[in-house]
Amino acid sequence: MLQDAENILEVTDLEVTFGGTPVLHRIGFSMRRGERVAIVGQSGSGKSTAIGAILRLLPGSGRISHGSIVLGAGRTRGDVEDLATASEPVLRTIRGQRVALVPQDPMSNLNPAMKIGPQVADAIVASLRGEAKPDRAEVRKRAVALLSEAGIPDADRRYGQYPHEFSGGMRQRVLIAIALAGEPELLIADEPTSALDVTVQRQILNHLQSLVDARGTSLLFITHDLGLAADRTDRIIVMSEGRIVEVGTPRQILLDPQEEYTQRLVAAAPSVAAVLDSEPLAGTLPDAGKVPAPPILVVENLVKEFALRGQRGSTVRAVNDVSFAVERGTTTAVVGESGSGKTTVARIILGLETASSGQALIDGESLTTTRGAQRRALRRKVQPVFQDPYGSLDPTYSIERLIDEPLRIFGVGDRRGRQARVGELLDQVALPRSVAQRRPNELSGGQRQRVAIARALALEPELLICDEAVSALDVLVQDQILGLLADLQDRLGLTYLFITHDLSVVRQIASTVVVMKSGDVVESGSVDDVFNRPRAEYTKELLGAIPGAAFAA
Amino acid sequence: MAVETLTPGAGGSGLGSGRGRILSSLRSNPLGITGGILLVVVVLAALLAPVLAPYPPTEVHFDTPFQRPLTEGFPLGTDDLGRDILSRLLFGIQTSLQVGVLSVLLAVVIGTPLGLLAGYSRGFDAVISRLTDVTLAFPFLIIAVGLAAISGPSLGNAAIALGIAQIPTMIRVVRGETLRIKESDFVLGARTMDASPTWIMLRHVLPNATSAIIVQATVIMPVAVIGEALLSFLGLGIQPPTPSLGIMLSDAQQYLFRAPSAAIFPGIAIALICLAFNLFGDALRDAFDPTNTSRKGQR
Repeated sequence: MLQDAENILEVTDLEVTFGGTPVLHRIGFSMRRGERVAIVGQSGSGKSTAIGAILRLLPGSGRISHGSIVLGAGRTRGDVEDLATASEPVLRTIRGQRVALVPQDPMSNLNPAMKIGPQVADAIVASLRGEAKPDRAEVRKRAVALLSEAGIPDADRRYGQYPHEFSGGMRQRVLIAIALAGEPELLIADEPTSALDVTVQRQILNHLQSLVDARGTSLLFITHDLGLAADRTDRIIVMSEGRIVEVGTPRQILLDPQEEYTQRLVAAAPSVAAVLDSEPLAGTLPDAGKVPAPPILVVENLVKEFALRGQRGSTVRAVNDVSFAVERGTTTAVVGESGSGKTTVARIILGLETASSGQALIDGESLTTTRGAQRRALRRKVQPVFQDPYGSLDPTYSIERLIDEPLRIFGVGDRRGRQARVGELLDQVALPRSVAQRRPNELSGGQRQRVAIARALALEPELLICDEAVSALDVLVQDQILGLLADLQDRLGLTYLFITHDLSVVRQIASTVVVMKSGDVVESGSVDDVFNRPRAEYTKELLGAIPGAAFAA
Repeated sequence: MAVETLTPGAGGSGLGSGRGRILSSLRSNPLGITGGILLVVVVLAALLAPVLAPYPPTEVHFDTPFQRPLTEGFPLGTDDLGRDILSRLLFGIQTSLQVGVLSVLLAVVIGTPLGLLAGYSRGFDAVISRLTDVTLAFPFLIIAVGLAAISGPSLGNAAIALGIAQIPTMIRVVRGETLRIKESDFVLGARTMDASPTWIMLRHVLPNATSAIIVQATVIMPVAVIGEALLSFLGLGIQPPTPSLGIMLSDAQQYLFRAPSAAIFPGIAIALICLAFNLFGDALRDAFDPTNTSRKGQR
């Protein structure tokens, strides 16, 4: 049944269908004991379906219609099993005990109404099924040991805390502890860190790796980030549209990709491109010889304090004395992890929040102090593109009405003129005019973001504030949108302020960068300076955390 | 060819395509179809009551009281005064629906703007929400009974009393929706385009809240129908001899063992009306959810 006794997992000819439609097309791969394998693919590539099949936890109408998933015999317990045909009682002895999962979203995968210690203890008790009823104190001791092993400091005290008292990174550590409770032979990690900041991501993955190495556990790592996969695993499986495109070592895949799809993926992977390309793709610094034009955006000593709920008088300072300037026609990136205050800065510039002190001036004027006609004129100069293309477009509007809305608010042109303008804008963002009567939910994420850009361009603004405008998109789409933005900048002379957490995107599009941490500007300067000669410790840490950096040489 | 989609008049077709989506979604929902068919039957019965009813609803036949159903000439039998139950039932459904529609209209027309205001502005919220809290502290029937008692029993007053009693829940629903929608990115986007609060409320918040309002209306509707029956039963709603489902129940109560059919048929009618609105409302909610179709399509 198992072709090689050294294999922990052999997937052969696996086909999974959803309501009769095949989603996985006879894929096959194998994993050796102790090996770390990554499955890399974009959303919809079938990578999550593959692990759903391995765990036999396919959602809804999904079922395995062909092929086998053979799990090797355990070192101490368990026989060779074909997971594709195993019965539910057999599967229950396998899940969590021989094959365990570290799920994707640490925010929703812990029971919010249950203390974290008992959640780990539950997993331990479940893995002891059939054996003598364990002693409660004993279970607690093991749970505490697991938690501290997973990197939770002071685990004995934190045992009785609820999930909301933990940060995202800490919750992910709890999930890892739960996954390791049954001492599995094979650990499946489904995008375990995609919801976390890069520096936290690095800590968690380093820790996970050391745990897995120490136990000799095999790791199947699912990710959309090629750089991350290359850093963390021995072998990479590239998937697309339910098929395996290419398999190889990280070095083979990154430096010598054979298939056209892999080549595109490598070229687009921002984390890899950031270190491979030394030249930024777009945005040039103004020539030193030219007379410097006044900057379009000046942020001066900006401070924003939020009142803490329920505690009268106490405030939290989200933005602390931030100053920077953006030259006309260039791209400036504001980089920082969650909680760094970068989005608050963007919202103050857009006039959606008022600053506690300091100001954000667009051509010398501030949206928060101007009124009436002056403010309207200023609004036309600065427009936003938001992060989530699913939330930033009113789902009840057609595409035409969405793009046309700013024109109607400002009373630009007559009906016919506006229709012509919508057509023009659709051309500019490379969308077919036939989408005009569609609804946002009929478009893909990338198409929606193009609509959002077209809408932002409708009033012919000079400054676009892109708040994480590409972070919700798959790498290939992200690459296209960044290309479109660079192209529009060339043609229309736009200025961009790019708010992002992704340093690799900065490298790709920006010429100047402002690094923020907990409300302070840590470092700012040209992208080349900051990337090649970082001065602040925090910047170095951020740069070091970019996955895939090892392949720069 | 591609330009054709942008020719004048095409702007209006956007709405049409939305309606098409809702219709096709309704059609693929078996419970929704059942509800819809029931609803059509009930509404037709009410509208065509003067045509369908074999006798005038108040005509008495003293020689044939307490006839069983399926007797010659009286398909559903007669009541204590020999009035034809089928005729009274048809006219009773008519009154019940009238009261229901009127009270729903009242709740929607007054509750929606107040809910929008409360959700959008903190100042209004403080006043409106406290008032709804106070009103909600009373069971709605007590309010309705009180109002009907003050203004005198009649169809119009019953509808007003029931409508007013439902306004607080409508305000809450619309307020909640407004609070949710006004935080969404597309409203932020509209604000950066200098859209006025009125523009945002009427063009973004209201259309996105429509599904919730319609669903709430279909929830209020059966409550109002039962409420009318209850008020009439207590003698605070429609006055006899005008037929209404509640009056029929209250009349039949005295002769429950002699002529159970006089109570059973109006009871079934009330249950069917409520079922029709609930099923249809559920299906409408699913159809209106714009994220629903996309998720189904993607996975």
